[in-house]
Amino acid sequence: MIRFENVSVTYDSAPEPTLRNVQLTIPEGELVLLVGPSGVGKSTLLGTVSGLVPHFTGGTLRGRVTVDGRDTRTHKPRELADLVGTVGQDPLAHFVTDTVEDELAYGMESLGLAPAVMRRRVEETLDLLGLAELRDRPIATLSGGQQQRVAIGSVLTPHPKVLVLDEPTSALDPAAAEDVLSVLQRLVHDLGTTVLLAEHRLERVVQYADQVILLPAPGDAPVLGTPADIMRVSPVHPPVVALGHLANWTPLPLSVRDARRRAGPLRERLSTRTPRTPTAEGTQRPRAATPRPATAKRTLASLLRRPPVNPDASATTATATTRAATATATALGVRRGRVEALRRLDLNVTPGETIALMGRNGAGKSTLLATLVGMIEPTSGAVTVSGRTPHRTPPRELIREVGLVPQEPRDLLYADTVAAECAAADQDAGAAPGTCRELVSTLLPGVRDDTHPRDLSEGQRLALALAIVLTGRPPLLLLDEPTRGLDYAAKARLVTVLRALAAEGHAIVLATHDVELAAELAHRVVILAGGEVVADGPTAEVVVSSPAFAPQVAKVLAPQHWLTVAQVREALS
Amino acid sequence: MHPGAWWLWALGLATAASRTNNPLLLGLLVGVAGYVVAARKTDAPWARSYTAFIKIGLFVVGIRLAFNLVLGSPIPGSHTLFTLPELPLPDWAKGIRVGGRVTAEGMLFALYDGVRLATLLICVGAANALANPARLLKSLPGALYEAGVAVVVAMTFAPNMVADVVRLRTARRLRGRPTGGIRAIAQIGLPVLEGALERSVAVAASMDARGYGRTAEVTASVRHLTTALTLGGLLGVCAGTYGLLASEGAGYGIPVLAAGMAASLAGLRLGGRRQIRTRYRPDRWDTRSWLVAGSGAAVAALMIRAGAHASDALTLGVVPLAAPALPLWPALSLLVGLLPAFVAPVPPAPAARPVPPAPPAPPAPPKESV
Repeated sequence: MIRFENVSVTYDSAPEPTLRNVQLTIPEGELVLLVGPSGVGKSTLLGTVSGLVPHFTGGTLRGRVTVDGRDTRTHKPRELADLVGTVGQDPLAHFVTDTVEDELAYGMESLGLAPAVMRRRVEETLDLLGLAELRDRPIATLSGGQQQRVAIGSVLTPHPKVLVLDEPTSALDPAAAEDVLSVLQRLVHDLGTTVLLAEHRLERVVQYADQVILLPAPGDAPVLGTPADIMRVSPVHPPVVALGHLANWTPLPLSVRDARRRAGPLRERLSTRTPRTPTAEGTQRPRAATPRPATAKRTLASLLRRPPVNPDASATTATATTRAATATATALGVRRGRVEALRRLDLNVTPGETIALMGRNGAGKSTLLATLVGMIEPTSGAVTVSGRTPHRTPPRELIREVGLVPQEPRDLLYADTVAAECAAADQDAGAAPGTCRELVSTLLPGVRDDTHPRDLSEGQRLALALAIVLTGRPPLLLLDEPTRGLDYAAKARLVTVLRALAAEGHAIVLATHDVELAAELAHRVVILAGGEVVADGPTAEVVVSSPAFAPQVAKVLAPQHWLTVAQVREALS
Repeated sequence: MHPGAWWLWALGLATAASRTNNPLLLGLLVGVAGYVVAARKTDAPWARSYTAFIKIGLFVVGIRLAFNLVLGSPIPGSHTLFTLPELPLPDWAKGIRVGGRVTAEGMLFALYDGVRLATLLICVGAANALANPARLLKSLPGALYEAGVAVVVAMTFAPNMVADVVRLRTARRLRGRPTGGIRAIAQIGLPVLEGALERSVAVAASMDARGYGRTAEVTASVRHLTTALTLGGLLGVCAGTYGLLASEGAGYGIPVLAAGMAASLAGLRLGGRRQIRTRYRPDRWDTRSWLVAGSGAAVAALMIRAGAHASDALTLGVVPLAAPALPLWPALSLLVGLLPAFVAPVPPAPAARPVPPAPPAPPAPPKESV
């Protein structure tokens, strides 16, 4: 269906080709997953299929890409529109009209289909994607998962033979991601659509793939194979595969179900041991048992030591009960327009504790974070951070108490070089000149002073924003959806950094859909639904029992309380 | 219902507003428009523009009064409210006055004038709130469709940019910087423009990939004929209009204008042949649309007629000062504009919860905890 013949793509300003020697054939009716670290050219490869590369983006394409016999060099994207449906990373940037029904019809109108056909297909698609009750709704009022489904629906209605998706589930909560993936699977099974998708969150998709294309490094030739074969060699793989590697299971399990079938012996071996959870340390013996961070963390520690009150707070105080809370919310209520975003919410954050806020899109996670940094004034109840009321504290003082890394780290960056950004951050926070730059060097080694923040990768930008926020040495650090768009390597670096910060006594609250991240980091998980806390407790207890929020390792080894591959590895060694 | 009907209705009201400066009548008109909007608007984002237009209207009144205060007015008035210090201006600036006497008559005249402008704006706002501007696109002739989409996408540029400004301003708080003031706006200016531009490019890519701009093959002769008809037609329209307006040549004005119109319409129709687009559920012009558009037209016609018969009550003088009176018949005729509040279809009930979260009773949040 899709043939790449010796394809390489070079963008105009780039010295090296982004893609080189791509030689692939993707057969009809398969769900093909494209994996690889950030920046290897996944989006470029997807773009060549729809013709947007090079017709829209510029650059030079050598070789030949044919889709169902049509050469993308001679066919512009609009001439491939009846054959290829493309959904980009941001569904909002995809919409042309403003209501659901019009959006579904837009592609067909462009192709000039007969009105009766359009009407029938819109109805079919509304049912297929479960959008029937949203048909008249303005798109702007839909949730992230609904928007993603509308975006997929809008390219489905012209009945394309090929569907190309770039990170369709990254912004979605686990349940919404399941919805989208089951729709894709139905398309492949029932309609024989060929689906090509790139995704960082392999744990969500790899078990659905028929084939996997691995782009190992920039400029390397891609490898096509069955998921099991590729996962054996892939530098990026989901936790269930890592567990398989650890336990030497062959064939390698790709889904939780496969793994559970083989996990009997492992469960038995593990039954006598208990996982060394961050939870136990976090709440009972704050500092003592925390593993000493590696060298990078040590530098961080020296940089971030909070001098004034008690330099070794977490070590000297004994238990959670006696420690003063960094932040508290009591009977917190927030109304936005007619919607009650938060309802009588209670939360206590103690120093050194990492809390993961979870819940579906729109459950109130971001609102809670915004309230903690004083961007939203509570309508009822009280919130205090280090004894002060955030929305009444002047911003200049507040950044020394609490820092938030927003969902889009770019919002924090105004300057046009990293150096200027750092100087501004030092000034904003009243820190000694060079403080921020030192943090940047620790978190993000090898970034030059004159780099434009826009040229950084997603992960690097996050690290820069984190460094800026940390310049004020806030005891409370908030992160909103930090792993969106990060590959496993960037995520692992983030985990290391955040662990070191928590060990230093920073309280960290992160709102995330990424259950694996929560399992790695959080001492406590708080699940929100409809603005209320529906679960609050140590990570293991909350997530193991939950079908939506359990990490893969927990699902495989349930009912035992193992959360991450690292825990299992440690217990076995 | 056809969105064009709402626009015709609003234009009718606006025409009526332009015929009077009686603040009581204008107030009644705003009331009529407001009532219809309240009764028939949806909960869509564009329906919220009505309040924005009201604010702009009040702003216009304020500006009109401020100008009158500073620059004075040509209205001869005898009731001096107060006197501002007058700025001495050189000879060549004769006829311009800054500061000086402020009279009650002048201010009243400015107020009437400002209120009329504001009412016009509010009528436009009402149309905006009731009919989705993007839906009007569907009624454009095929040849103009693509230009129309470009305009609509350009129009969404502005609200998106406003949203970006708000987001970046709150993000400034996270850096410990004040969120207000000129400097704040200046500093976020560049990122906002960058963001808006990037989004526009992304939308353009998406439109391209979804078949925007696909055209059918047409023969060269048809293409040339289209060009000739459109250009010739436009020239004819220009010449005809000139003929109508200029003192001489009124005789051939109308026929040339008509011929020009016909030629351009034919050109548009022929140009539509290149277009392979079809329309999904086009809006139909039904009885309700007739009634809505008709009520607007009736209001306009009645006011124009009233203007001819009782111009005193519609165009109030300010010398001598007098309290405005409400003329009965024009007021009653304005009430015809309320008709859409009863005949237009009721919009679907707003969704139970307008913002993200799905309805309660979720499938599987973990109950057992702690």
